[in-house]
Amino acid sequence: MSDTHGKDVSTIDAHSDAPLYPLPPHHHRLTDTDPRAARRAERQVAAMFALSALCIIAFVVGYVAIPTTSFIDLGPIGVLQTSNLVLGATFGLAILLIGLGAIQWAKKLMADEEIVDERHPVGSPIEDQEAAAELFATGVAESGFVERKIIRRTLIAALALFPVPLIVFLKDMGPLPGTSLRTTIWQKNSRIVVDVTGQKLRPEDLAIGTLVSASPEDLDRVQEEAGTQNARAKASIILVRMRPDEIKSQQGDGWDVQGILAFSKICTHVGCPIALYQQRQHALLCPCHQSTFDLSDSGKVIFGPAARRMPQLPITVDSEGYLVAQSDFQEPVGPSFWERG
Amino acid sequence: MTSTSVRRHKATGLLVLLAALVVTGIGYTAVTTTAEAAPTAASQTQVDAGRQLFLQGCATCHGLAAQGTGSGPGLIGVGAAAVDFQVSTGRMPLAAPAVQAPRKPPSYTAEQVSALAAYVASLGAGPAIPSASDVSTTDANLAEGGELFRTNCQQCHNYSGAGGALSDGRYAPSLMRATPTEIYEAMITGPQNMPNFTDATLPKAQKQAIIKYIAHLQQAAAPGGLALGSYGPVTEGVVIWVAGIGALLLASVWIGAKVR
Amino acid sequence: MSVIVKEASKALSRADERAPISSLAKANLRKIFPDHWSFMLGEIALYSFLILLLTGVYLTIWFKPSMTEVIYNGSYAPLEGISMSEAYSSTLKISFDVRGGLLIRQIHHWAALFFMAAMIVHMFRIFFTGAFRKPRELNWVIGGSMIIIGLLEGFAGYSLPDDLLSGVGVRIVAGIVESIPVVGTYLMFFIFGGEFPGNDFIPRLYTFHVLLVPGILLALVGLHLVLVFYHKHTQYPGPGRTNTNVVGFPLFPVYTAKAGGFFFVVFGVTTLIAAFVTINPIWAYGPYVPDQVTAGSQPDWYIGFLDGMLRAFPPLESNIWGHTISWNVFVPAAVMPGILLGALLAYPFIEAWVTGDRGEHHLLDRPRNAATRTALGTMTITFYGILVINGANDIIAQAFGIPFNNITWFTRVAVFVLPPLVFLATRRFCLGLQRRDRELLLHGRESGQILRLPHGEFIEIHTPISNEEKAVILSKVDIAAIEPPAATDENGVATPGYKALRRRAKFSRLFYGDNVASPTAAEIAAAEHHAHALDDLEVDELHEAGKDVPAQLTD
Repeated sequence: MSDTHGKDVSTIDAHSDAPLYPLPPHHHRLTDTDPRAARRAERQVAAMFALSALCIIAFVVGYVAIPTTSFIDLGPIGVLQTSNLVLGATFGLAILLIGLGAIQWAKKLMADEEIVDERHPVGSPIEDQEAAAELFATGVAESGFVERKIIRRTLIAALALFPVPLIVFLKDMGPLPGTSLRTTIWQKNSRIVVDVTGQKLRPEDLAIGTLVSASPEDLDRVQEEAGTQNARAKASIILVRMRPDEIKSQQGDGWDVQGILAFSKICTHVGCPIALYQQRQHALLCPCHQSTFDLSDSGKVIFGPAARRMPQLPITVDSEGYLVAQSDFQEPVGPSFWERG
Repeated sequence: MTSTSVRRHKATGLLVLLAALVVTGIGYTAVTTTAEAAPTAASQTQVDAGRQLFLQGCATCHGLAAQGTGSGPGLIGVGAAAVDFQVSTGRMPLAAPAVQAPRKPPSYTAEQVSALAAYVASLGAGPAIPSASDVSTTDANLAEGGELFRTNCQQCHNYSGAGGALSDGRYAPSLMRATPTEIYEAMITGPQNMPNFTDATLPKAQKQAIIKYIAHLQQAAAPGGLALGSYGPVTEGVVIWVAGIGALLLASVWIGAKVR
Repeated sequence: MSVIVKEASKALSRADERAPISSLAKANLRKIFPDHWSFMLGEIALYSFLILLLTGVYLTIWFKPSMTEVIYNGSYAPLEGISMSEAYSSTLKISFDVRGGLLIRQIHHWAALFFMAAMIVHMFRIFFTGAFRKPRELNWVIGGSMIIIGLLEGFAGYSLPDDLLSGVGVRIVAGIVESIPVVGTYLMFFIFGGEFPGNDFIPRLYTFHVLLVPGILLALVGLHLVLVFYHKHTQYPGPGRTNTNVVGFPLFPVYTAKAGGFFFVVFGVTTLIAAFVTINPIWAYGPYVPDQVTAGSQPDWYIGFLDGMLRAFPPLESNIWGHTISWNVFVPAAVMPGILLGALLAYPFIEAWVTGDRGEHHLLDRPRNAATRTALGTMTITFYGILVINGANDIIAQAFGIPFNNITWFTRVAVFVLPPLVFLATRRFCLGLQRRDRELLLHGRESGQILRLPHGEFIEIHTPISNEEKAVILSKVDIAAIEPPAATDENGVATPGYKALRRRAKFSRLFYGDNVASPTAAEIAAAEHHAHALDDLEVDELHEAGKDVPAQLTD
């Protein structure tokens, strides 16, 4: 065969028509020769099926008797929902036993002499192929598909355009982006409030090393009106406080209040919310892909796949002494997009 | 339709009310001064004993006057709570230099810890050790604690309190063995890499709610069975490949094996 | 005839008056399937899919695919009074207020992990044995498509409960869609019905998950099985097995019992795992809120390689003419998986082009005999494995104290270094095995028995290998590498397509060039003759010296 190459390789079909070595002689199993072994196997299989049936009965009893609020302490495994455990164990065992029984039956008791079956060529016989081609040619000729060029071409044009509506229909799946990704609901003098509690903040509320998850005061109202969580998904921020001399740089002059900095909470990589703040390093770490931002240095990326610094929100104090935004973010928050620029 | 209110809105309203009550009750001044409270009744003898212990066990790194050295931060003004947290959880004194001090059996008795705390507190005002009533969770709301935990804690400590990795080998420790006092102290002092949560940004009632939720996590049931260390989908994947596919491969080999 | 058989044949003939059941039964009841453990792997995937369909239907009874906000007041106390979507609250209800609901949820999710894992293990078997070759290329493509569609389906299911963990996953997907140049932002808005997260995503995803994708999968599964039936199963080489026969056991009764029984085994094992091991404890994650996250945020394992790629990719982004291209997202999350999965689907055609092999193959390759293919396989698995590990770098960091920064840097280097090394090592190992096979055929197996001949020479007695072993080794088909064509023919006319042909010859040499040729019939005969001559000589000498003659020599 050493000279086979290119299309000649197909000759390997012929190579293996007759086996070089015959099928080895069949060996009888113990269950074929010893009736007692066969009876033992039969009992095993029957026992598995019977046990399976018992498990199903146990399952039904468990279903009726055990409320979902009941728990059972299994020590190292934990405190489990009894119903999950009992229903799962009984049902699981029941079906497992059916399977094991059937397989054991096949292995031990069903005929196990190997049978040889001939393969047939996968393709149709050559005469069928020829006949099919001829029938197709007849059909084409009868339709006049070849001669009637104008019909053929207009049909192709019509069929090519037919999917267009199917795509156009999809247009109303959503509004067009417009500039919505460029802004958040932060604006001049939006008060900064603590997440969950909605408490307003004064600078003295934050100590050195404090972290606060915060949002604009009117977030709940905006979301209530919109009926979505979209505003929160962009406007969420964290506040951190460090000693003013620890701040190496900021994204804008005077964007902090006595060392209190506000940064977007939305990762510039693919948008996970980040609040893993390592206060000694002033590092903000994303739990999704480990992008790490140095908040003392303009929020620049110091590790991981994020390519852009974390946007900083300029803040100040209003006449009542509360922390407020100076304006909206000066750049779009969250992951990059084509039109971001 | 009111039920379309945005997620959290209703709970938030309730919580704002709660928070307002708490805040009015204690008053801003009270809130801010709690954090700065001087040690209450530390006797001079306790302070002296603490100073002796400090000079023997801590001064090498933190300096003879606790002013700090290249190997350890200054402790003036960190307060009794910080000392109590670090020493009673065995994190201090450090056994060996490391990026982070691990929890280990404490090296000092409770009495010695109080003496050390009294000494450091005498150096400058800082957060005091929370009292039993400070960490009491009888009136706390479990679900509110969960909400606060999800917003403030689980980004580092994991949804189950099992802890998580931070950069360069640092980590947020597991909360499974933390006592209410330790949790409270950690929140007000911000040990190691942890940021702090002052009583002004996270009032006492809410800290208590968080403590209640963590206590729930510590003894949480695992309704579905083995929690696999609460690592999430990764361990689930390991189970399916090792136990699941493993078991079915064994079954396959059994099915395919010749019977003698 | 027993009652059962009589009744069955009566029923059969009644049915036959309406449809040609008997013909179908005649053709298929005794269809032969070869027996081998590795042929059960695809069945695990098939049965997991059936379990998914079954349990999925139950879940639809209670699940509400809606992002409408509700206040929870079910029996899970730690979320009492919390505002959440109906999707999440109905999943809590399934878990805590429907008897057996948690079990069904857990079976469904475990079965999904099984489905993906089994498909991939099955694919390994097909790949390494060359079962994808003609005439089964189409079935390879169908199988590969099912893996890709399975990824999407699994991700959709993981996302439906609208819990915190999956919500973060959806946020990541939104970020990935946004990174697609030109159309990304629009696509994102169309998918989510506006900005992320909106209120449309879960209901849309639900229809996708329970109707569209399962429908496609079901059709593909059907087609896959029909083709397996039609082509008849491949078999491993051995005595009595050829490229034109199939040796094994009949569908009825042996395979009905074995394969049918295996369905119950798979279902049983999945259910038992679901009874004892938690999966996706959504109650502990909490409802999705866009500004919350948990440490150790992870996708299900089959998405892990994508996450690993995202984590390892360097922070590259360009700004060209006012447009942003996020290479750091678009390449690892869209381009690279596209190339990987595309190459996967195209592999049978690539290999056929390289080898020029147009023959039908029903006898499986031994992985060693296709050294380059095997090496490509282990290389790809290594690449994939590194990415999976990096996808769990934070968990590894937490569990083993290795900084994830180090794991990420390791990954960035290892994806370029390790796969080629593994390729070379595997190829060399396979070629070594080929050489050993040749030795075994020619000289038999070293028996470890040393014999000192009377004239002082030491020889080791070699035992000839059995016919079964010979049949397996001789199944190797030697294929010579394609020779590069002459640049011009004898008349000096340039060969058409010369460059392409030369390239193909290069690939072909890579594929077959180093293969160890099987011994020719003449070589075997010569070796046998030599062995016998030696034997006779030795026997004579031993007889002369009056020593015992070892049995091996007198055969």
